[in-house]
Amino acid sequence: MSTTATTPDAGRKPVVPARISEFGRTFVARHASVMPMLAALAILVLILIGAQIHFGDFVNPRTLSALLLDNAYLLILAVGMTFVIVTGGIDLSVGSVMAFTGIGAAQMLSHGVSSAIVIPAMILGGAFIGLMIGVLVQYFDVQPFIASLAGLFLARGLAYVVSLKSIRVENEHVLWLQSTRWWFGDWYLTPTGVIALLTVVVGALVMKYTRFGRTVYAVGGGEQSARLMGLAVARTKVLVYVISGVCGGLAGLVLTAYSGAGYPRNGIGTELDVIAAVVIGGTLLTGGAGYVVGSLIGVLVYGTIHTVISYMGAEQSWMRIIIGLMLLMFIVVQRVIVVRAERRR
Amino acid sequence: MSRLIKHHLFWPGFALVALVVLNTVVRPRFIEISVQHGALYGAPIDILRNSAPMMLVALGMTLVIATRGIDLSVGAVMAVSGAVALTIIDGSDSPGSVGTVLVAIAVGVGVSLILGVWNGFLVSVLKIQPIIATLVLMMAGRGVALLVTGGFITTVTSDPLKYVASGHLLGLPFALFIWVAAVVVVSLVERRTALGVLTEAVGINPEASRLAGVRATGIILGTYVLSGGLAGMAGIIYSSNIMAADANAAGELIELYAILAVVLGGTSLAGGKFSIAGTVIGVLIIQTLQSTILFLGVSSAQSPVFFAAVVVVVVLIQAPAVHRAARQFLQRRSTHVPDITRGTEVAR
Repeated sequence: MSTTATTPDAGRKPVVPARISEFGRTFVARHASVMPMLAALAILVLILIGAQIHFGDFVNPRTLSALLLDNAYLLILAVGMTFVIVTGGIDLSVGSVMAFTGIGAAQMLSHGVSSAIVIPAMILGGAFIGLMIGVLVQYFDVQPFIASLAGLFLARGLAYVVSLKSIRVENEHVLWLQSTRWWFGDWYLTPTGVIALLTVVVGALVMKYTRFGRTVYAVGGGEQSARLMGLAVARTKVLVYVISGVCGGLAGLVLTAYSGAGYPRNGIGTELDVIAAVVIGGTLLTGGAGYVVGSLIGVLVYGTIHTVISYMGAEQSWMRIIIGLMLLMFIVVQRVIVVRAERRR
Repeated sequence: MSRLIKHHLFWPGFALVALVVLNTVVRPRFIEISVQHGALYGAPIDILRNSAPMMLVALGMTLVIATRGIDLSVGAVMAVSGAVALTIIDGSDSPGSVGTVLVAIAVGVGVSLILGVWNGFLVSVLKIQPIIATLVLMMAGRGVALLVTGGFITTVTSDPLKYVASGHLLGLPFALFIWVAAVVVVSLVERRTALGVLTEAVGINPEASRLAGVRATGIILGTYVLSGGLAGMAGIIYSSNIMAADANAAGELIELYAILAVVLGGTSLAGGKFSIAGTVIGVLIIQTLQSTILFLGVSSAQSPVFFAAVVVVVVLIQAPAVHRAARQFLQRRSTHVPDITRGTEVAR
């Protein structure tokens, strides 16, 4: 595929902003794989500037801090999803896994189980469902869509088995994650935000600097070639779903802390928001190209649009239409880039 | 016997019969059909009636999947179609007249066809991956439906509309006639003309079929238009059933159930060969399972666990790795021949 060729120099960040010139054209050609991500960044900046002009006081530390806080769970899910999508797979189960681990944790906490047991249990629960999907995909040749659909049904059903109603969380350790504010001037950060940012950092480093991360790209670029190169394809393909499941468990923890309760209907349709954010961040659904940092930008774009629309007091309907249109724009941009790259060969 | 087992409809058919037998054994009343006011009533009739929306959606999905595609937007299209049709009926002077309802249904389905053209254009002309191309409409569609209804749940009172989902014709539910007609027409067009073979050719190898002179673009576009139109009709039936347009709940998760039905019916998500009869059986399995789960007293919210189990069992039955293991197991039991295939297995 054309995308594989661009992967090796993928991590090189542009240092100089591109100008429309001869230099700019070579820059675009050479860094075609980061272009969608830069486009997303440009869109983010444009939205922020537009909102600042329109509302007068939008871009301030409080709004931006809240942006990270409100979208921490989405960010964590997006990191896991990036791994899966770069291998050319898809994971529909993440929203349900988040709901299941969240309600499961709330139930255990309400029975007085220590948070030192509950939190690892959540992550293990997510990892287990991810492992199931990965094994189905790798060893039983089930398509990722169907395998993760089974995961979605399983996790959602289990969430309702745990409880049909929302369960309040009164555990001080879990609530601490949300209620603590570390102030840096007017900026603030919560432990949930730190977890989300750490997930991004770890995810980005693993993708770029570890053997496993490079194998993820190789599998997405061409599974057959990766196998012939002697890479551990099977292990990698199972592991990405486990990672996505772990992220689901982590997101369940963050969301439970954020909302102060577990609720079995949490995260219905979240998998689509996550996929949309990852795609907006420049990851190709065909696999082989994409960045964790791009997904961070994608989530920020998504979250900013959400905030802008709620500021405008517009209805939920517009949110959906705008996200849909944004998604369309990004896939068309990606399509153009891919077509141009193919033509050049 | 072995030819029977090899038949592609054996396992889906077996599953459906097993479900029905199981239900009848546990609850003999399940199979009872009574006649009231010249119409048939009973659990099997309910299943046939309630299948209508999923059947229409799954029918379109079968062809889309045969071309290696997938249509995630069907639920959103249902919401739009229902919203458009009920808004027209709600705004008209005579919501009870047959003419108004026919116009409303025509406009609702017409809009759905246009949405289908949109999906087909993205997939066949712009060559965007189907899953993401239809995701656009899946996200935006419900927003459009909410705009049409103004964010409310539009309710209407209209007898002709009510007839679509709840009426009876010749003692049988009218909705049953709708889906049977759709299945028959689509089957005839696909199987009595070359269209079905061409569709499979596009799904098996798009590039080769193009070189062989198959107009892949038109065929792919057509399947998405059909899928959109059928989803539109499904949206009308859904709205008629509850006599309201609910932009959020209409067709919620139906894309997943429809895909599940298609896969249960033996059509591979990898495209190519498709079986409309298989899809019909797949939908009936899901509806029967839902009715079973309801009877067992499991909260409908918890039913996904059962579906997860069914999906896993079905995909495992179809998985090549399981077939190999089963063959080896049977061979070893019968002949005690040392396993010579093991070597190739490791090499893979």
